[in-house]
Amino acid sequence: MGNKSRRILAETSQKGTALAATLFLAPALILIAMYMIYPVIDTFVTSQYQWNGISADKMFIGLENWKTLFKDYKFWDSFVHNLIVMVFSILLQIPLGLMLATFLDSVGRRSNIFKIIWFLPYLMSSVAIAFLFNYILGTNDGLFTSLATMINGKRTIVDLLGKSPQALFAVIGVMAWQFTPFYMVYFIAGYSNISTSLYEAAIIDGANRRQYLFKIAIPLLGPIFKTACTMSMIGSLKYFDMIWNMTQGGPAGGTELMATYMYKLSFQQWKMGYGSTVAAGMFILITVIALLFQKVFVVKEDY
Amino acid sequence: MTNDVKLAQQQLDERKYRRERVKSRVAWGFAWFFACLWMLIALVPFAFMVFNSFRKQFDMFVQGVFHLPEPWYFANYPNIIQNGFFGYFARSVLIVAISLVLMLIISSFAAYPLSRMKFRLRNLIYAGIIAMMSIPMHVTLIPIFKMTNWMGLYDNKYALIGPYVAFALPMAVFILTGFMMTIPREVEEAAVIDGCNKYSMFFRIILPLSKSGLSTLAIYNGVSMWNEFAFANTLLLSADQKTLPLALGQFKGEHAMDMPLMLAVLVLSALPMIILFIIFQDKLVKGMMAGAVKG
Repeated sequence: MGNKSRRILAETSQKGTALAATLFLAPALILIAMYMIYPVIDTFVTSQYQWNGISADKMFIGLENWKTLFKDYKFWDSFVHNLIVMVFSILLQIPLGLMLATFLDSVGRRSNIFKIIWFLPYLMSSVAIAFLFNYILGTNDGLFTSLATMINGKRTIVDLLGKSPQALFAVIGVMAWQFTPFYMVYFIAGYSNISTSLYEAAIIDGANRRQYLFKIAIPLLGPIFKTACTMSMIGSLKYFDMIWNMTQGGPAGGTELMATYMYKLSFQQWKMGYGSTVAAGMFILITVIALLFQKVFVVKEDY
Repeated sequence: MTNDVKLAQQQLDERKYRRERVKSRVAWGFAWFFACLWMLIALVPFAFMVFNSFRKQFDMFVQGVFHLPEPWYFANYPNIIQNGFFGYFARSVLIVAISLVLMLIISSFAAYPLSRMKFRLRNLIYAGIIAMMSIPMHVTLIPIFKMTNWMGLYDNKYALIGPYVAFALPMAVFILTGFMMTIPREVEEAAVIDGCNKYSMFFRIILPLSKSGLSTLAIYNGVSMWNEFAFANTLLLSADQKTLPLALGQFKGEHAMDMPLMLAVLVLSALPMIILFIIFQDKLVKGMMAGAVKG
């Protein structure tokens, strides 16, 4: 075979590869473009209009919506709620998950029943959890109200969802109930990745269980912590399903999050233009915080 | 003299050992206590849900929450089933099944060239798809609502398939590309010698070898599609199109005051997952954790 024919062969095979690659990639790329890329762009475009979502007359108002957004204390309040949820999610779910995983890892196979029962909350959907806890936290035959009534001997109402500061914390508690099992299983996987020879070596060197745990095993989980925190953070910034079904952002905006605020504006008040602005603002804030978070963690690791 | 020192040392060692043992006993005691406490916290809401679903509407108020149902009242369940619960259930099964199959086909299509072919733009496309993992769906809600309206699919359950497939793709492509990269080159070379071209290679060699990756993805995405609320709530309106997560709201609209009946709806909607969990425990847990790569 001459050099020339070899080159031609190589070229046709390259063309064949390009064709095959295009054909195989096309469906995925089309769907992603249609349902993800175009909508993000469109959100930013629509954010410059005043529009009720139905009628044909969209009015271009430029950056007017964005100016409103900067001054909209409701949006910033919900952003602060998101931040509170984020901080408490990380502070509750991850340490609790780690504790449960540590227990299961130390006890071993005998604790399987604990593992099964502890995982149950994560099997329920956010919507179902919202409805269930609406009843449990409610003032009519709710669990806490009934308990307080029993202890007090007379009818005592514990209104956890009806008043402003505690409603947010009640919701945070429910989130911890739902998501702790996720981090538990995540840390169990982390523990099982640590090779048993490390444990054996530590024991031979005279370490006890506690020293092994705090000096060897938990430090080795470092990278997993980082991922867990990132997940918890991003998850709590876009939290929606459970809050929407449990409180709809109430009482009086006490549990309003960015996503519920956006949804209310867009699909209840039909302010699609301003709703898009809120959605776009939410997108920017989430991206910035995620990047900052990544950066802070990387710096720490270098140190 | 030396004997005395030895003895003293021994006693000291023993005391230290005992102290350690007491300490560790106390630590274990606390650990078991908290373990049982958390078990209680995890179980009580379920117990609340199950027991109270076997009461009559007003029995709850009369008997109190902590009293066992007296008598056990079973009619809530048939009542729900007669009121169209299976419709919601069947629609959810249908939509999740179609979306899952499409998602698995399309994502393995995309992962194949990304993992096994060399072409220009490959790294760019791969990076682009991965970047899509971080797009929050809420940002796309309004445009997808508009698009669905424009396509004439508003209030049609099939409108959910598009967003469900698209939003599952980035992670699925990411996981499958990684998975297919681990298939040894030699397998492919042997197939070429046996006369496989790029297309038959995918269907005969790569796809069958990716089965375990596909099953993990199917579980993870199956669970999240089964529970999906925001798209369904935005794109569907009438009861005969709604999926299972919306059934709760629908039933609540019709039986707002009947808490035992609502709890029975909750039991029925949580049951499929719990049954699957009991059968496929580890597999299901592993599948549900697939999302952990997202961070």
